[in-house]
Amino acid sequence: MVNVTKRIDGRKQDELRPMEAKVGIIKRANGSAMFKIGNTIAIAAVYGPRELYPGFLQHPTKGILRCEYNMMAFSGSGDRVKPGGSRRAKEISLVTQRALLPVLDLSAYAGAVIDVFIELVQTDAGTRCAGITAAAMALADAGIPMKDLITAVSVGKAGGKLVTDLNYLEDSEEGGVDLPLAMSTRTGQVTLLQMDGILSKEELKELLALGKKASEKIKEVQVKALLDKFSGKE
Amino acid sequence: MSKLLVEERQMVVPGQVLAEGMDYLPGDLVLRDKDVLVSQVVGVVGVNGRLIRITPLVGTYVPKAGDIVIGKVVAVGFSGWRIDIGWAFEANLGLKDASSDFIDKGSDLTKYFAVGDYLLTQIVNVASTKIIDVGMKGPGLRKLSPGRIFNVGAMKVPRIIGKQGSMISLIKEYTGCKVSVGQNGTVWLSGDNVENELLAISAIELIEKESYTSGLTERVKTFLEKNKNG
Repeated sequence: MVNVTKRIDGRKQDELRPMEAKVGIIKRANGSAMFKIGNTIAIAAVYGPRELYPGFLQHPTKGILRCEYNMMAFSGSGDRVKPGGSRRAKEISLVTQRALLPVLDLSAYAGAVIDVFIELVQTDAGTRCAGITAAAMALADAGIPMKDLITAVSVGKAGGKLVTDLNYLEDSEEGGVDLPLAMSTRTGQVTLLQMDGILSKEELKELLALGKKASEKIKEVQVKALLDKFSGKE
Repeated sequence: MSKLLVEERQMVVPGQVLAEGMDYLPGDLVLRDKDVLVSQVVGVVGVNGRLIRITPLVGTYVPKAGDIVIGKVVAVGFSGWRIDIGWAFEANLGLKDASSDFIDKGSDLTKYFAVGDYLLTQIVNVASTKIIDVGMKGPGLRKLSPGRIFNVGAMKVPRIIGKQGSMISLIKEYTGCKVSVGQNGTVWLSGDNVENELLAISAIELIEKESYTSGLTERVKTFLEKNKNG
């Protein structure tokens, strides 16, 4: 069970880092959002629906979602970033797209594409989750019909304990586990589940429960940010 | 037992459960997921008996036949024009739908509409998302004379026009500007002087910003009266 021993940064095991969200930060985009969790800051912008080139990529009966994840060169430890994107970014772009797609209804946009650009301005672990959370808000801001807002959080094991929302120190710990999780909190449908490290079956179950609890808290932040924008309180 | 979980005119977000049970029916932008009704967009709830619908506050324009839109000529071909109507794909304006004149084969079509012209046009047919035909035959459809063109959210257009055009006639009356609003969110505006044009634009911006509130016509009227020029 979760006990009350504190973590490196003083949080409880099931405590999230402080969160902040804002919708509509990029005026020219069809939809945009910022999501900040601890020291990780993600910005997402949605453009489209717009015509998809080259034409053979078009789908005849529905729109296509295209995601691009990128960590800015200065965002992490300041290592030189080679231009052209990395294999890591490519993988995360793909899982982001697959995490968001199950809730979207793109049937009205046959032949078109909806582009989602995610930039990580500052990183301290949990970037793909922050990116997905921001992208979900940006898609809602763009008015793309969806069944639910996707919420993502990373859970894992650090210092031998099961914890929520790992920071970089916990994430990079040897023998630790990182388990990014994206879900629709309304239906409980999980759209992203990745893991590195080793867990027992019971630990996995416990982590999923922790993830669900944390997702609900993140969703409250998402909903508040959306309502704030549209009721003019931003 | 069915239960309504939201109030009339409440603002909701995607994925929010609006009602439980099978007694309520899903209207526009509402999805039935097993035994609950869910909103698909950010919008305002409208309950009409058992029907729940969402008036969206945001969204892209999706063309449908009969819509009056403002488009820009982007290409002139041999037998028609390509029009940008603010949708992912360009619309086609064929000779037949463009004019009742007899246009000889191979004649210079730029005499009618040239690249860069703005047209108030009507969507006559939507065969698929990619094949959209527009026409110029209908009351008021024309090439727009020089004026100001700007975009508002397509979902705010019904509010800018108002019930039976009440809001838009209010703006026309107070500013003396000629205003045309396309369903695609493109607005054309032309007035006697810059001050009146700017006043009309700021009134439209006010409507766009506060479109979800009630009693907006009165507030716009007060705004126009307060800022009226001359």
